[in-house]
Amino acid sequence: MTTAIEMNGITKTFPSVVANDKIDFVVEKGEIHGLLGENGAGKTVLMNILYGLDRPDEGQIFVNGKEVEMDSPATAIKLGIGMVHQHFMLVPSLTVAENIILGKELTKNKVLLDMNRMLNDVKDFCERYKLEVDLKAPVYTLPVGVQQRVEILKALYRGADILILDEPTSVLTPQEVEELFKAVRALKEQGKTVIFISHKLKEVLAICDRITVLRRGKVVGAVKADETILGELAETMVGRKVVFTFKKKRIKTREVVLKTENLKAIDDRGLPALKGVDFEVCAFEILGIAGVEGNGQTELVEVLTGLRKATEGKILVDNNDITKASPGERIRLGISHVPEDRHKRGLIPDFSVMENLILGSHNKPPFTVGRVRLNFEKISNYAKRLIKDFSIKTPNKDTPVRHLSGGTQQRVVVAREFSRKPKLIIASQPTRGLDVGATEYVRKKLVEMRDQGCAVLLISADLDEIWALSDRIAVIYEGEIVAIKDPEKTSERELGLLMAGGKSG
Amino acid sequence: MAEKTREQYLETKELLRRFFSRLELELRRILPQIIAILAAFLAGAIVLLLTGYSPIEAYGALMRGAFGDAFGVGQTFTQATPIIFTALAFLFAFKSGLFNIGAEGQLLVGGFAAALVGISFDGLPSFVHVPMALLAGALAGGLWGFIPAILKAKLGAHEVITTMMLSYVAFYVTGYLVNYPYKAPGWVSQTPPIAPSAELPRILQPTQLSASILIAVILVGLTHYTLQKTTFGYEVRAIGLNPAAAESGGISITRGMILALVISGAMAGLGGAGEVMGVHRRFIEGFSPGYGWDGLAVALVGGLNPVGVLLAAVLFGALRSGGMVMTRVTGVPLDIVSILQALVILFVAAPMLIRYLLKRGGFKWLSS
Amino acid sequence: MVELLDVITVGLFTAALRMTTPIAFASLGGIFSERVGIINIGLEGMMLISAFAGVAATYFSGNPWLGVLAAVLVGGLLGLFHALLTVKFVGNQIVSGTGINIFALGFTAYMSQVLWGSRGASESVQGLEVVSIPLLKDIPIIGDIIGTHTPLVYLMLIITVLSYVVLFKTPIGLRIRAVGEHPAAADTAGIDVFKTKYLCVMVSGMLAGLGGAFLSLGHLSLFAWGMTGGRGFIAMAAMIFGNWMPFGAFGASFLFGFADALQMRLQALGLLPPQIILTIPYILTVAVLAGVVRKAIPPSNYKPYVKE
Repeated sequence: MTTAIEMNGITKTFPSVVANDKIDFVVEKGEIHGLLGENGAGKTVLMNILYGLDRPDEGQIFVNGKEVEMDSPATAIKLGIGMVHQHFMLVPSLTVAENIILGKELTKNKVLLDMNRMLNDVKDFCERYKLEVDLKAPVYTLPVGVQQRVEILKALYRGADILILDEPTSVLTPQEVEELFKAVRALKEQGKTVIFISHKLKEVLAICDRITVLRRGKVVGAVKADETILGELAETMVGRKVVFTFKKKRIKTREVVLKTENLKAIDDRGLPALKGVDFEVCAFEILGIAGVEGNGQTELVEVLTGLRKATEGKILVDNNDITKASPGERIRLGISHVPEDRHKRGLIPDFSVMENLILGSHNKPPFTVGRVRLNFEKISNYAKRLIKDFSIKTPNKDTPVRHLSGGTQQRVVVAREFSRKPKLIIASQPTRGLDVGATEYVRKKLVEMRDQGCAVLLISADLDEIWALSDRIAVIYEGEIVAIKDPEKTSERELGLLMAGGKSG
Repeated sequence: MAEKTREQYLETKELLRRFFSRLELELRRILPQIIAILAAFLAGAIVLLLTGYSPIEAYGALMRGAFGDAFGVGQTFTQATPIIFTALAFLFAFKSGLFNIGAEGQLLVGGFAAALVGISFDGLPSFVHVPMALLAGALAGGLWGFIPAILKAKLGAHEVITTMMLSYVAFYVTGYLVNYPYKAPGWVSQTPPIAPSAELPRILQPTQLSASILIAVILVGLTHYTLQKTTFGYEVRAIGLNPAAAESGGISITRGMILALVISGAMAGLGGAGEVMGVHRRFIEGFSPGYGWDGLAVALVGGLNPVGVLLAAVLFGALRSGGMVMTRVTGVPLDIVSILQALVILFVAAPMLIRYLLKRGGFKWLSS
Repeated sequence: MVELLDVITVGLFTAALRMTTPIAFASLGGIFSERVGIINIGLEGMMLISAFAGVAATYFSGNPWLGVLAAVLVGGLLGLFHALLTVKFVGNQIVSGTGINIFALGFTAYMSQVLWGSRGASESVQGLEVVSIPLLKDIPIIGDIIGTHTPLVYLMLIITVLSYVVLFKTPIGLRIRAVGEHPAAADTAGIDVFKTKYLCVMVSGMLAGLGGAFLSLGHLSLFAWGMTGGRGFIAMAAMIFGNWMPFGAFGASFLFGFADALQMRLQALGLLPPQIILTIPYILTVAVLAGVVRKAIPPSNYKPYVKE
């Protein structure tokens, strides 16, 4: 058997970190090869190098036994390498067929698009690889799982023999994952080589023939999938035994802080996003909302924080109806919000750390004098205190937030939101994109706030996170809370089923 | 004792070091603007050469006209005055993320409203009549800013086009008013003179420099203070930099944007009132040679900073006052001034262009 | 009221089509630019300089068609300049466009003074002749309206159709739309994002140039100070109103062209002071933006594309 890909001694250094450190990576022809590692282990960097998006500082790349200079994606495509990015590269308003043929169009009379011939071509492809899609549908109307299929078709249409799938399951329901696996196996039968990037052990074991494990930029193991067991692999990946549980100080109160009644809302396109949501969050409690992304979580958070209008229903905080209250009024009532996208909603990148730390409290004492003038002395002392208390790594309080690392930026958000003495915290994807250290910090803080009596609503696409932190778990599916479970009386399997719209047993 | 002197010495040294490092920082910050101005004059020189004029003579006459004598300086500041208002108007709206390119129209309606108050009342004491007329100008300009603001906030109409369109409307509506209902007898399209009690005093006779410049300077300070030191200014800047995050932080974007655009319009309107009450003492059709556009350029050249605006306005005022002298002496068409302005705007529009040109020209050390 | 009704004649529609032409050209130009994610508020200035260039070239050559060619070239150059500033040097699109507009006003007045000794208007030059389309002109009413015009009017109609075909039926159109909506996706599909942007903004300037040439050579046969009179901005409103689609933009342009023609008629009759009538197109534009934009979702992502 020849090798499809051979990467020798790949090293890539970024200003602050060695992302790849003398990595050797070999993929045999016709296999499904897993590339396993935590966030920040260097998987994506390695694959970007293979796909010509990044140049390595050192090392050689062989494709089908021949050394190559991988200088751009165009070269990679020419050599038969295709990549399905974690964030899809599809043009939303174009149809499936148009997206697939984009850049490789067929024409009639040398000028006009020959749509019929292209549709037939693409249809053949779909049949050969058993990937079913409605070719005439605009991409934005399709579910994520189908969009992913379009991405795979796009790569195949460009003549890919080696397919890189970057974290392909992170946005899928368990059922969609099954579909994907079927498709990947079909590709293998057709003689294609697949590189499957993931940080999820079980998936990699289920689908891959061989696995390469990365940790902090280094290869720490390359094994056959069936020779190994789950625990060993986990240890290899993280480098220590993971016991990711938080001591839960169960304080049972029925002091309801947040209550929603038949809450309904529409999304940006005017379609129903919330179809009557009811739940309660009590003091001293973390309610986790589990669900596949795009099932109304974003809209739920926006309605609760006043950023989106509820079309029906009620929101009660401490038994006061706040359904009509503005975001500012809700902040004053003690609701804190850690937004899902800190760049979009959480921070003002050009503002200094200090200015960001008072956002939301900027208009009331002690930070104002007579509600008109800002009191810089008080603000400055407050900022210095928060920078110390939350170990915000910044040169000083006047540094624009845009110059800080992602983890530090999230600390700024957390510091601001948690220092307001909130009674309710709405945390949406609070650890997304953070490294292990920052993730642990944020989780620890959330639990701390809970232990101090805060009601916490945690929305996360990461089931492990929900599992580790929640006192109760609600599952959201298509804009409805389909179940609320006690973590001790449910299983990951049951939750997965519920998240996919199935009934619990 | 020696100990103390040494301490003082070190302290002074430290202060000086800080001063100079700050100075360097500031200079580096305004460097793109300075280079943009130089580049514009260079390109303007090429236009002059190609059309058969001597740039040295033309620029020389311009500079002499603008700064050569007390009268020139007075006229330069006279011309700078309305530009300060319109520049602050552009700047204030810009800080909230809005492009108010309709300052020209806001200036016109403000000027007309002030003229109307000026001619409608007689026998009022100055300390009542002057503020009344100024207020009328600010209100009218504010109203002209409010229309695009509310259309933007409630209906999503893009303010770039609406402010522009309303500028045309203002031009024609004031044109109608000054040609029909409020036309003074004679062949000039102008209103009758305002009552002397509504006049702003001239402060540097025989030039037309009026007390309006004092209002302008106060407004510069007030704008800086509002933006940097008040809750409202904080909110305006937050909205301008990241509206979504501002909204999450409990700031009402609608309210902030409307207020910012109304204030912006009011500032331009006040500028128009100052022209009518201080310089012309009546509303004359076409009294603004494009102060609104000057304001946009000045705000950009001034680095979108109120104090920078003050300096840049003097430069543009000099172009206008010196330009007239230049045209008289050398026959170069006055429109070269607009060309220079436009070139400055274009060079300021893309700081990266300047950096690129510096690198190409071998000034790498400046381009960092 | 009788007098008002008298205004509505076949001739009014003929004039309306004439007044539609410059707006429609610029509006189509706006579409090409915005479809690749570049706002072009410099359309106004591009039209104005092109109008001037057309007259100047005709003045020196005596051939109005060379004037049209000059107008198109100058428009294309200005488009290229706008693209350079906003794509390569990531400058602010509004500021760059505004700079072009101010430059146009100053430069044309300056050159008009240099060439003809007056900043107000140029000398008259040979304009474009009108042509009659043989069979078309004999159809009653319709023939009167569209049968006899300068060739630029027909060119505008052809380019409207052509724009639709190019944008929606050809590979380059598919790529243009992809580049505007999701440049990163287009890039990974092997499309040269920057080249596409340059090309489209240049085309945008060339179309604005045709609009300018029509105003000065097809309509008045001279250059007058500020003769575009905000039509570049009105064209942007027509583009938005027409939902960034060629036929939609043409329809909206006709609406504005009609208002323009009506305004001229009313003015000629002296029913209202000219200043009041002259505000009609601008107020209409504001009304259109306020009433329609709520639903208007731009087809593009206007953020500058920066390759990692």
